[in-house]
Amino acid sequence: MSLRNRWRKFLNVFMLAMTGVCAVAAVSILFLILGYLAWNGWRSLDWNFFTRLPKPPGELGGGMANAIVGSAQIVLLATLIGAPVGFFGGVYLSEFGGRGFSFVVRYVADLLNGVPSIVIGILAWTVVVVPLHRFSALAGALALGLMLIPITMRQTEQFLRDVPQSMREGALALGASKWKMIATVVVPAAMRGIATGMILGVARIAGETAPLLFTSLNNQFWSSGWNQPTASLPVMIFSHAIAPYEDWHRQAWAAGLVLLLLVLLANVAARFILSRGISAQRGYL
Amino acid sequence: MSSSSDSELTVGKPHERPRSHAGAGVRLAAAPPKMRSVNLNFYYGAFQALHDISLDFHTNRITALIGPSGCGKSTFLRTLNRIHETVRHTRVEGRILLDSEDIFQVETTTLRRRIGMVFQKSNPFPKSIADNVAYGPRVNGVRRKTDVEEVVERSLRRAALWEEVKDKLRESAYALSGGQQQRLCIARALAVDPEVLLLDEPCSALDPIATAKIEDLLFDLKDQCTIVIVTHNMQQAARVADYTGFFLLGRLVEFNTTEVIFKTPARKETEDYITGRFG
Repeated sequence: MSLRNRWRKFLNVFMLAMTGVCAVAAVSILFLILGYLAWNGWRSLDWNFFTRLPKPPGELGGGMANAIVGSAQIVLLATLIGAPVGFFGGVYLSEFGGRGFSFVVRYVADLLNGVPSIVIGILAWTVVVVPLHRFSALAGALALGLMLIPITMRQTEQFLRDVPQSMREGALALGASKWKMIATVVVPAAMRGIATGMILGVARIAGETAPLLFTSLNNQFWSSGWNQPTASLPVMIFSHAIAPYEDWHRQAWAAGLVLLLLVLLANVAARFILSRGISAQRGYL
Repeated sequence: MSSSSDSELTVGKPHERPRSHAGAGVRLAAAPPKMRSVNLNFYYGAFQALHDISLDFHTNRITALIGPSGCGKSTFLRTLNRIHETVRHTRVEGRILLDSEDIFQVETTTLRRRIGMVFQKSNPFPKSIADNVAYGPRVNGVRRKTDVEEVVERSLRRAALWEEVKDKLRESAYALSGGQQQRLCIARALAVDPEVLLLDEPCSALDPIATAKIEDLLFDLKDQCTIVIVTHNMQQAARVADYTGFFLLGRLVEFNTTEVIFKTPARKETEDYITGRFG
């Protein structure tokens, strides 16, 4: 074998090994984090975590029931704010938009998607917290809802675009008006995908901490209303993790694990829905 | 119109003498034309895809449009129910008449209820078989369950599909074979009782048996509506059509009874095409 061929062979093996090592490194970092979190979280997790309020510093035990409910409240309200706007915006972009205006909307949505989440928090603080003179679940929900809009909008647009043009023509050729065609054929055909996108979007905002720090703030007790400071899992993790108490660190690990499991559950659900949707469509294509 | 006494030859030169051509059609037909295209030009942006098309579609007759790929026959078909308007930057000049009413003056929703269309690739909606057929009646305001069921059965029978699907009306339309899906699309189009049925190469993706079924179907439907079929398959045109129009490079080269087109075409281009010398 000539020198040149040997060199080629060596280079081939070397590069293959390098790409393999990098791939393994990327995955193992992820698994390291997940494993560490699961190990620490699982040890700290008990039934009290789901049923009790946090204890004052120094006392052992307690839980984060208020933060679980608070997170659910905030994320639900954020979904009610963000999902409809994103959905209808996506329908506009896919079905109605002309060239110029759509380009601007799409571009701005992508920019908004890339805005640091803490900046969104500052916005919600300015328009809700400052005028009302109080931190509130509403302000937190607005911040998260704003983050959800571009995610939902672009996802909805993409899934609607994937609906074959022949379906639209089929509906129009039967005398359906444009809005009826969209409402009865295009959106139902893309619904699995849109629902999946929304679940993933909601899972993403559920883990956000920065936008909540100075909007919904935190609360050691049950929140007494939408216009009151409200505990949430991410902020609870943050405050407990930086506190100088061993037992609070334990609680933070548990909260991290619960949040992770919730997001994981949402991902699995989304993938399940989407995979069934694709197989249904394959029959047609 | 009926004063025309043009020879067959002028029929074959529509783009040279478009006005006399329409008259010739009437002379050949038993009934007045259901649809007429008068000096139709069609543009994709700056590109002119159709040049001065004038031709009549006779009531309860099957008209086939043949020609090589890209000759404009599908484009022409798509202007007849104005579905071309879903494509940006398209423009039409000239007139298309449905029962002597200008279709460009009619609401598209109303127009398309009267002129049904079946596409090249079957395009059932991701719904059940019954819901596919019921789609047209439903968007046109049929609500009562018994009425919907009645129209679903009648349309599936008319499309010769009822016996094959009557036990699985609630199953997905995608569970059907390709030929069945295309007949489902025909049933769906028939469910709104169209006066005219446009078919854009409806058999191009089907095997000979499924094709034969659809051709039989067209014969049966002739009594109830006026049919226009675009086809690549010249045998198909010869088998099913009463009239045939030959398109080439965006022009209607020749239009006449199918018998004349296939046996004694007036134009050399037509003869070359149907004898397979090009295209």
